[in-house]
Parts: sequence; structure tokens; C-alpha cells
Amino acid sequence: MQENRGFSIFKISSNLVFICFFALAFSLKANSNSEISSHDSENAVHSKHIEKKEGFKPGDMILDHVKDAHDWHLWDYNGHPVGIPLPILIYDNGFHSFSSSKFEHGHAVVESKGNFYKLHSGKIYKTDSEGGIQIGKKKAVLNEKPIDLSITKNVLSLFIASIVILIIFLTVAKGYKNRGKSAPKGLQSLIEPIIIFIRDEVVKPSIGKHYERFLPLLLSIFFFIFINNLMGLIPIFPFGANLTGNIAVTMVLSLVVFVVVTFSGNKHYWKHIFMPDVPPALWILLIPIELLGVVLKPFVLMLRLFANITAGHIIILGFFSLIFIFGEKSVVAGFGTSILSVAFTLFMSVLELLVAFLQAYVFTLLASLYIGSATEEHHHAEEHH
Amino acid sequence: MSILEILLQTVSADPSKLGAAIGAGLSAIAAGIGIGNIGKAALESIARQPESTGDIRANMIIAAALVEGAVFFAIVLCLLILFV
Repeated sequence: MQENRGFSIFKISSNLVFICFFALAFSLKANSNSEISSHDSENAVHSKHIEKKEGFKPGDMILDHVKDAHDWHLWDYNGHPVGIPLPILIYDNGFHSFSSSKFEHGHAVVESKGNFYKLHSGKIYKTDSEGGIQIGKKKAVLNEKPIDLSITKNVLSLFIASIVILIIFLTVAKGYKNRGKSAPKGLQSLIEPIIIFIRDEVVKPSIGKHYERFLPLLLSIFFFIFINNLMGLIPIFPFGANLTGNIAVTMVLSLVVFVVVTFSGNKHYWKHIFMPDVPPALWILLIPIELLGVVLKPFVLMLRLFANITAGHIIILGFFSLIFIFGEKSVVAGFGTSILSVAFTLFMSVLELLVAFLQAYVFTLLASLYIGSATEEHHHAEEHH
Repeated sequence: MSILEILLQTVSADPSKLGAAIGAGLSAIAAGIGIGNIGKAALESIARQPESTGDIRANMIIAAALVEGAVFFAIVLCLLILFV
């Protein structure tokens, strides 16, 4: 009993040391930011070259971290962004490929096979040799856009996630092949309870007799979403890209579910949509609603996952921005805010861990419910009397 | 000047942002009321029949996810107003 208490006090104090260390590190960075900006403004007064003093814009920083990008930005060094330039691949009457470092973060015009391209707020546009971007009404860009097939940050993180998933599951499969029916060891014992949970609590009750047909799809969806959500929470290099918060990715996932539901729908499913079991006078009201439901259910699946994950990232980034916003006003405020901010961010990150699992679970559960309702056998209501 | 006049003056540059902010706040209230009701019903049912806790918990999560889906639709709309 005595040594347990000592151990826990040690853990608490070492956690406090960690929190203080992070708070110190962040507020020192905030301190150095404000020093550099004030130094610049002094120089601007003396020199003829007038520079605009750029403060910290939290909105831009948050959006940059949440959106896709053509290079993987790691950190800023002396005001210059340091990152990994990713390959650009565009199709414009022929394939053009070059490194995204040629765009120089939107400042330079790139020439490729006689065409000129420029990066403007994250999108590639075809321009003249000057790099002119014509902006029309309501800030819409009028330039032509080539078909952009580049390896962007999200595409690269999708490849990395696929490699991680392949490593995990090939290891587990090899473990089953080597060990046969004896007790699982290692990674198997981590993955097996999750697979059994999805099979017995989610897929079997929803789909019923023929659940094995859809089990690979639903397991893949669950692990894909779960592992990508978790990877989005780790801020260190190969992880930390907001993949499941990209609406294109979630749209593809829900399209897959929609296609599976539509093509495995049996006669009773379509009968319930086009000739529901109500008095025919109500058909004119109910059939449009049912048709809308067919399209709306996958659409809401897509929106739910996208909004949950993106909102979580925005909240965490917002808490971090508080440190820099206060750090610009005064160093002491930066220090003080950083302790509170890191504490809040830790709490939100734990909540985000829960959300990562929950959103994967809910997506899989609703997908299996939709598939179940599409493939279930017909139950006559009269039989239940 | 009345409070309404002062408020409208401060947002006169871009009143759509006021609408988006009010919309986001209202959808947070809606989420709270909806999921709170679901939780209340679930807790009462668990209190009445503790052996069906597992079933009740699973259904509560499904219902909460569906309600949150509607709320997130409103939130995404407000985000679209603010940033697009």
C-alpha cells in the first residue's frame, strides 16, 4: 500500500512536470514570435522599404491545418516554412508533373510544356506568363483549372494509412496461420476482441443470417475510419493529416455503402420504397419521402463523419491559437494562457480519442443497419397476431 | 441608441457572420436538448430494468448519432457561410 501511494505521487508530479514543460516550450515560442515581429517593425521605421507587420492570424492557421495542401508543411524556421514538397501531377491535354516546391507557396508561376500554372489559395490554375489570376464577381476565380491529380498531403497520408493497416492485418493473419486454433499472442490479441465485437454486436444483429457476405466490407470500413481518425490526432510527421475530415474521402466511403445497399437490395426492399404498406392515397406523400431517404441516409453518413472529425481538430487548434494570440499581447499572458490551454487541449484530445472510436462505430453500425434493411427477409405483419 | 442598433452597427460590415454565429449557437442548443432527452430516457429505462443495459446503451448511441447528424448539417452550413 505504501509503495503504491509513492508511485502514484511520482506519476502525478511527473505529469505536472510534463505539462509545465510543454507550457514553457509553447510560451517561449510565442515570446520569440512577438520579439521577431517587433524587431521587424523597428527596422521598417528606419528603412524606406515599408513592410506590413503581420500578426498571428488564428483563422488562417486553423484552416491551413485542416485543409488539404500540395506540400506537407512541418514547421516554420526564421519565418520560412519548412516542409516536404509533394509531386504535382496535372492533366491538361497531356500530363504535366513537377515538384510543388516550384510553386514557392503560391508566389511563383511554373512553366511546363508551354503552359503556365499558378497556385492560388490552394488550387492550381492555368495562367498567362505573368501569372495573372482574374477574379470575377463574389471573389470567384475565372481562370481555367487543369485536372489536378497531384499527390497532395491527404493522398500521401492515405498511402501511409494503407501501409499501416496492411502491416497490422497481415501480421494478424500470419499469426492465425502459424498458430492455428491455439491462443492468440501479440498483435492478434489486440485486434481479435475488436473484430469479435464488430462481428457479434454490430454486424450479426443488424444483418442476420447472411452477415458473412458483408463482414469483410464492414470490418474494412470500421478499421479504415478508426485508424485514420487516430492517425489524424498524432501531430508528428507521417501522421497528423486530417484525412477523414476531408469530405471527398467520406463521400467515397458513403458512396460505397450506397452502392452496396442498392445492389444488394432484394425485392422486399424496393417494394417498401415504391409501394409501401400504407393506404394507396398516402403513396403520393410517402414515395418521395422514401426516395429522398434512400439518397439522404448515405449523405448524412458522409456529413456526420466529416463534421465530427473536422470540428474536433478545429477545437484543438483553436485552444493552441489562444496561446499565440495572448502571447502577442504580453509574454506573461502567453505563459499563463499556455498552462490553461495545454490542459484544455489534453482534455479535448482525450475526448477526440473517444470520438475517433465512436464515429467509426456509428458509421459501421448505420452501414450495417442499412444493409440489413436492404437484405432482410419479408415478415408478414399478419403473422404476428 | 438601443442595444439592437449598436449590435447591428458592429456587424454592418458583414451581417452574414452574425447569422452564422447565431445559427451555430442555436444548433448547439438543439444538440443539447435532443441528446439530453435521449440520455434521460435511456437512464430511466436502465433504472427500471438493469439487465437490459447493453441493449439500451446500443440504441441510445444510435439515436444520439442520428440526432447529431442533423445538428452537424446545421453546423456545416454555418461553416460554409463563414468560410466560403
